[in-house]
Amino acid sequence: MRIVVLTKPVPDPASGQERLGPDGRVDRAAAPAVVNGNDEYALEAALKLVEAAGEGDGHADNAHADNAHEIVLVAMTPANGRDALRKGLAMGAHRAIQVTDPALAGSDWLATVRVLEAVLRDLEYDLVLAGADTSDGGGGVVGAGVAARLGLPYLSYAATIEPSNGRVRVNRLTATGHEVLEAEMPALVTCTQALGAPRYPSLKGIMAARSKEIAVRALADLGIEPASVGAHAAGTAVLEVRPPAERGATRVLREPPDEAARELVAFLAERRLI
Amino acid sequence: MAGAVWVHGEVAADGSLARISTEAATAARALAAEAGSDAVGVVISADPARAATELARFVPRVLAVTEPLTADHAAGAIIAQRLASLAQADAPSFILTGAGPEGRDVGGVVGALLELPLLVNATSVGWGDGGPRVDQSAFGGKQLTTSHFARDRGIITVRANAVDAVPLDQPGTVEQTEATGELHLPSVSVVDRVASQAAATSIEEARVIVAGGRGVGGAEGFALLEELAQALGGVVGATRAAVDAGWIPYALQIGQTGKIVKPQLYLALGISGAIQHKVGMQTAGTIVAVNRDPDAPIAEFADVLVVGDLAEVARALLAALRARAG
Ligand SMILES: Cc1cc2nc3c(=O)[nH]c(=O)nc-3n(C[C@H](O)[C@H](O)[C@H](O)COP(=O)(O)OP(=O)(O)OC[C@H]3O[C@@H](n4cnc5c(N)ncnc54)[C@H](O)[C@@H]3O)c2cc1C
Ligand SMILES: Nc1ncnc2c1ncn2[C@@H]1O[C@H](COP(=O)(O)O)[C@@H](O)[C@H]1O
Repeated sequence: MRIVVLTKPVPDPASGQERLGPDGRVDRAAAPAVVNGNDEYALEAALKLVEAAGEGDGHADNAHADNAHEIVLVAMTPANGRDALRKGLAMGAHRAIQVTDPALAGSDWLATVRVLEAVLRDLEYDLVLAGADTSDGGGGVVGAGVAARLGLPYLSYAATIEPSNGRVRVNRLTATGHEVLEAEMPALVTCTQALGAPRYPSLKGIMAARSKEIAVRALADLGIEPASVGAHAAGTAVLEVRPPAERGATRVLREPPDEAARELVAFLAERRLI
Repeated sequence: MAGAVWVHGEVAADGSLARISTEAATAARALAAEAGSDAVGVVISADPARAATELARFVPRVLAVTEPLTADHAAGAIIAQRLASLAQADAPSFILTGAGPEGRDVGGVVGALLELPLLVNATSVGWGDGGPRVDQSAFGGKQLTTSHFARDRGIITVRANAVDAVPLDQPGTVEQTEATGELHLPSVSVVDRVASQAAATSIEEARVIVAGGRGVGGAEGFALLEELAQALGGVVGATRAAVDAGWIPYALQIGQTGKIVKPQLYLALGISGAIQHKVGMQTAGTIVAVNRDPDAPIAEFADVLVVGDLAEVARALLAALRARAG
């Protein structure tokens, strides 16, 4: 089982410091980079699938993965995304490819899709896993775009992923339940938290990650013209960044429940919410 | 002059038009009026008639494209390929979709096939300097942005509850066609469709959400929240803590790795207001929290905080609402 996981380093939401600069781009200095939450669920799913496949052929120890069982992380990210990839390697991915190039600064979604497409064209895999969306403003569209350009079956919002006999079955979450989808592999699947919580890197994993490869690729390595990506080629531009309107002061009700409830009802009625 | 503004009409499981599409259609109509061009709805489905008629209440012209494949295949990529070939022929300037799962699938595939830029998760869509002006909220509403397309074409995905749906005075016309031509992307079969007990309306579209956290204490506790949600005309939502505990399905989780919602009223019971939850709900119109801890982080961004036991307050609130309804 060979799996590529598309992982985007994003500013850590838990830091509370995420911020856009005045140019509308993520201010990378404001908060440390971590792997996007949904991409960690994708990686965890990949680890479980590769472990299960390895046990199937008697290679239970994932550290000795040969070419037949491999997880490759792929990220298009500025240089500071490297630490986040290292954590993915510590969780158990075998190697990583980081696309970084000064000409990529200010790229729009299409540039991201083209870069990821170009990296994937040089890899062999059974599955490509991506996150359902990203916490730094992604619209949950990159996975669909990459699948379309590579001509891969596209299975989104996965709650389960079950490969067997060259096909993959996915429970796709919908607003009112789920659909059971099935397609040929290789396929691209976008992943949700319903796949299960990501593991913490073990001490052994952290040590092993130090010697794992993070290959760096520039645009020239991918055959992408620098002028076709980056800020001036972007099809969208941020015109303005502003703070949200302040919420008024919080009204605190400490009365006994019956009284508090009556006040609340009056408040809701005043705001025409009931 | 700008070309037409299209809106993708999403068909719900029962064949009706998804509410998010009525909102996107209203936005498309407003853009077309500014552009001096036409607003056109496109519904692509094995059985598009009902949704197309509903969409024609919001835009003057609707194409209803019969595509039998959506009956037993994942809809996103098929609809997207059909939409892309129609758009290739007619070259609309802008295409709007909802920002829910289907709209994202469709927007991503159409955008990649036609190499169009995308503005995602619009919280409002306006017009200025000869093109759309799209507001977005960054990091769950910590900052707001306004963006535009650099060259006069693009796709906009519109968040639920971002636009008030306003029907036309006179409904528009529906033109029926059959899907033609080959599909080149591999298909994905739907082997089964499973409805869960979870809310029949999508939590993203709900106008009132009664959300519960770890403080609710168990699956039984959510029954009381369900009652309250019904009394308020809303649906139940939850934090990850409640989902991880198995009290409520993940589909109802609100936050960073769940749904991003913008209801008019968000009632948070037994929720601390952790940052990963906050990013999913802080743009709600009115936030009311019930928490026995007056120093819980949610106290900093709620409009009203009731300090007390959530079950007691919920029961009292139910009684007060019923008394008011008479
Ligand atoms: C990668 C990642 C993604 C995440 N994504 C999400 C997400 O999408 N959504 C999400 O919600 N979380 C998410 N989290 C988890 C988040 O960090 C918090 O752990 C979670 O939101 C806490 O849920 P809670 O408020 O229900 O529980 P707690 O933080 O435990 O708060 C419970 C609150 O209930 C109050 N309480 C208890 N009993 C009562 C009572 N009887 N009456 C009144 N009040 C009571 C307590 O005072 C407390 O304030 C994510 C975390 C990570 C790391
Ligand atoms: N720059 C990137 N590098 C690697 N993967 C990415 C990148 N951007 C997006 N992705 C993948 O696409 C998913 C959806 O991203 P988005 O459409 O931006 O919300 C993410 O969860 C990642 O798996």
